[in-house]
Amino acid sequence: MNGAHDLGGMHGFGPVEVEPDEPVFHADWERRAFALTLAMGAWRRWNLDMSRSAREQMAPAEYLATSYYEHWLFGVLRLLPEHGFASPDEIARVERGEPAPGAQAPPQDGALRAEGVARMLGNRRAARLDDPVPPRFQVGQAVVARNVHPTGHTRLPRYVRGRRGEVAIDHGVFIFPDTHAAGQGTRPQHVYSVRFTARELWGPDAPARDTVHVDLWDDYLEVAP
Amino acid sequence: MTDHDDDHDHGHDHGHHHHGIDDPAHPHNAPLTDVQLRVRALESLLIEKGLVDPAALDALIDTYETKVGPRNGALVVARAWTDPAFKQQLLADATRALADLGFIGRQGEDMIVVENTASVHHLVVCTLCSCYPWPVLGLPPVWYKSAPYRARAVIDPRGVLRELGVELPNDVEVRVWDSTAELRYLVLPRRPDGTEGMTEDELAALVTRDAMIGTAVVRAPAGRQGAKATGPEAPR
Repeated sequence: MNGAHDLGGMHGFGPVEVEPDEPVFHADWERRAFALTLAMGAWRRWNLDMSRSAREQMAPAEYLATSYYEHWLFGVLRLLPEHGFASPDEIARVERGEPAPGAQAPPQDGALRAEGVARMLGNRRAARLDDPVPPRFQVGQAVVARNVHPTGHTRLPRYVRGRRGEVAIDHGVFIFPDTHAAGQGTRPQHVYSVRFTARELWGPDAPARDTVHVDLWDDYLEVAP
Repeated sequence: MTDHDDDHDHGHDHGHHHHGIDDPAHPHNAPLTDVQLRVRALESLLIEKGLVDPAALDALIDTYETKVGPRNGALVVARAWTDPAFKQQLLADATRALADLGFIGRQGEDMIVVENTASVHHLVVCTLCSCYPWPVLGLPPVWYKSAPYRARAVIDPRGVLRELGVELPNDVEVRVWDSTAELRYLVLPRRPDGTEGMTEDELAALVTRDAMIGTAVVRAPAGRQGAKATGPEAPR
């Protein structure tokens, strides 16, 4: 979707402000929001693409006005009722900041336990697949990023749509996020690092030698005319 | 590894700077903010339902506050600077080379290492969210996830670099990597002149988080700078 998260190339946000000696978290609620999101993700009822898609549902004005872990909180509060972990009423109570009325319960079978954390974080397999899908494009080939505007989740940023680039690296076969986020399967296909010149993306005033490399799936690309 | 090694990328001469709503300088009986209340309510709900184990939450937080951080990446860089065979392997198959050092896992399952040279300067961004190589750099800093960086890194990388104290000649290609897929990128910075003879540990202490994102260059310690420094470090 053409949401506020797709920020590449926008103007007006001001300078990049680097905080010296920045702590990992800036508040205890950030720690808890981070850990709650990972712990609920460990149930594997939803995938990473669904998590990103959920965060992208935040209204654009709100997305730009809130901090990173507020996006995470928004995402997990959408996913919990969608996947049967909580009722809409329970989520409404959370939205009002009301603590749950019941007592603390022992963790269910299947809940992430402390002793399982290292194994969960040591994950070696993410989105790469072994499916023997042939590549549609070759390294060195000229391609055009499709000029499409899907209303669902996509990892094709607006600033490359319709732009011509060259395949720089074939990364191999990966899950396709657009279908995976919608619960419509992995649709295995190649991902390439596609090199775009800064001038192709931003016009003749851009520095002549500069480039932007973007990782793009087969379904995002067409043969350049 | 100690926590301050991992939390902070620049030396140890500064105290911890806490910002935001749980700043210890503020009174503890201050009213909770809306987001604090909501997160607290969510945690109580998920504990009441037995969906999360509070000890697991603490372990997740502890991992990224004290165990996994940019010191991991700095060790990789120093090794690559001092061991040509390792560097070759790192550039050819980063995932495997990093896994051999134990630096593999969530948000670092498929890694690419790109090498800064006299002719190419690499810069990593995620314009769509916040993709970042957790096993070697830890969790990303706020600026990396912020709108200014995500918006500008692709359209005005030289402007961003200039503001952060890195001025690059026009004949150097700035090559931006937008992490739109599940590949995660780590920049191998240039080894500064004047560091000949330094040990791997001494070199690792020079390597900053930002140099491995590409928004800074690594400087030799004061008094050891070579004649041809490529640019200053990000200002403190």
